[in-house]
Amino acid sequence: MKPIWYFVGLILFIMGLVIEVNGIYFLINPSADKQVLASIHPDVWWGGIMIIVGVIFILKNRKVKVM
Amino acid sequence: MTAIGLSPVDWLIIAIYFGFVIGIGFYLKKFTKSEEDFFLAGRKNSSWVAGLAFLSANLGALEILGMTGNTFKYGMFVAHFYWIGAIPAMLFLGVYMMPFYYSSKIKSVPGYLKLRFDEKTRVLNGIAFAIMTLLVSGINLYAMALVLHTFFGWPWHVSMWISALTVAVYVTLSGLMSAIFTEIIQFFLIWFGLFLVSVLGLIELGGVHQVLSRIPQSFNTLWSTSGSPADNGMMVTWGGIVLGLGFVLSFGYWTTDFLVVQRAFSAKDLRSARMTPILASFFKMAIPFIVILAGLIALVLANDPKSGFHLLTDNGHINYDSALPLLIARYYPEGLVGLGVTALLAGFMAGQAGNISAFNTVWTYDIYKSIINKKASDTHLLWMGRAATIVGIIISLGTAYWAMSFPSIMDYMQAIFSWVNAPLFATMLLGMFVVWITPNGAFWGLVSGMGSSFILYLAVKFEWISRTAVTLSSPASDMAANFWRAWWAWLICFVVTIVISLFTKKKPKEELVGLVKGLTKDNLNVNVPFIKRPEFYAIISLIVLILLNVYFW
Repeated sequence: MKPIWYFVGLILFIMGLVIEVNGIYFLINPSADKQVLASIHPDVWWGGIMIIVGVIFILKNRKVKVM
Repeated sequence: MTAIGLSPVDWLIIAIYFGFVIGIGFYLKKFTKSEEDFFLAGRKNSSWVAGLAFLSANLGALEILGMTGNTFKYGMFVAHFYWIGAIPAMLFLGVYMMPFYYSSKIKSVPGYLKLRFDEKTRVLNGIAFAIMTLLVSGINLYAMALVLHTFFGWPWHVSMWISALTVAVYVTLSGLMSAIFTEIIQFFLIWFGLFLVSVLGLIELGGVHQVLSRIPQSFNTLWSTSGSPADNGMMVTWGGIVLGLGFVLSFGYWTTDFLVVQRAFSAKDLRSARMTPILASFFKMAIPFIVILAGLIALVLANDPKSGFHLLTDNGHINYDSALPLLIARYYPEGLVGLGVTALLAGFMAGQAGNISAFNTVWTYDIYKSIINKKASDTHLLWMGRAATIVGIIISLGTAYWAMSFPSIMDYMQAIFSWVNAPLFATMLLGMFVVWITPNGAFWGLVSGMGSSFILYLAVKFEWISRTAVTLSSPASDMAANFWRAWWAWLICFVVTIVISLFTKKKPKEELVGLVKGLTKDNLNVNVPFIKRPEFYAIISLIVLILLNVYFW
């Protein structure tokens, strides 16, 4: 069985990727709706952090089996 | 209010979560072959897995929303729930109590009561726990629908049924194992989904010191205003915090509530089981950096007319639970809103799965096998666990609809832990550390502790007695009354158990070996270097706790 950490990596990576791609889209095509601090584009860097953490978890556990 | 709108990307994030947890349920089903796999996740987990699940089982979305709102209402005193109100108890469980729990190979906390005392004490606690668990599960379901309806405009029935069915699918398929998997995923989603609120709040306001300097002293300290209830936002003295919260409520919950302790039972060996709450304690101490910080940020923003931030009101009453959703709406662009909502959903659903997985175990072993079918086979018990999961979900849904038509039962739920857990802690403490405590002493002590706590609650609620008669100080908040009522319930159970034990028949000592300190050989750390012992990590955790309390004194 794959360890739980592999699945944690997988969900962080997938969600991070969706947020990152969406963030980059709005970086290029700015939206009319402006949240406070929208200028620092939290979706772009937070999505990036999620992708990096997700990839680390996936790579470290891709060959690990438990039980 | 106008509901916070969700974009297609937000819905995509939410859909990914639902697909993922159901997929995990199906994936784990092929590894769930025996009743031990289903009820105790095969007892194969590392201390990291069990530790994060131990913490996450308690980290529901209601708690996150409620504690953020409570920080807005009471100030930094709410951090006591995470520090003195949790850490000493978690460390005590790992260092002193877990050897008795784990080594006796019990499947539930009521199971320990059977071995240490007798069947009637086990059944009493099993029934009380099962009722409490289903009520909490149903109320959580209702509260989730309320939050999603209020802030995001979701239809009541849709959110209740979809989340209940999802939990039913994955817990029925693979029991505690899938509950633990989803709890750990929830832990990461809560950090990634909600910690960003605090980060962005600090960026907007200019850092932690700026936040603390812009709120009154009664709201930004931990202990220095606890000398008089009039000086702090929670209207409680240090005595109420230490005795009621730090001792009785905290120890009662963290050392006896099967919902959390079950996660430690799933550990692969005794050392891992002992490390489970100790590792969890480090992460528990970090939670205030999400909830307390967000609550203080909301408070600063609400006090600043230029910010344009204010909490919602319902019929003139401030809705404190709106603090976190409104901060999400303030800072998060689309995509991140979906992540924030998913974190809350994950918290609700993992909390419900935790309650249901604890319920199915206690029902199957401590009620069904104990009273109804004593000769049930392992295969039959596995079937019964799955059936209990589905029935538990149906009862939770029924409770949720009951709460919908009678919302004031939410008020009663605030106190339910002090009815069941506070006296149980006295029973457990005496049972594990005093050899001559008798089965009848434990049973009647538990009955009088639970009964007195319930009666005290009603007496204050319906003003038969003054609240200050319970808290011994004036003024007193609801929170202070909760702390002190728990203390009295514990004390009554403690005294009655001792007095009755003096006059009733004791169990033979040979039946108590491995269950009581003094009759159990202490060979836990033979040939283990000090830095690898659970005690070493417990000391580090205690030092961090002291430093945090001194820093925010």
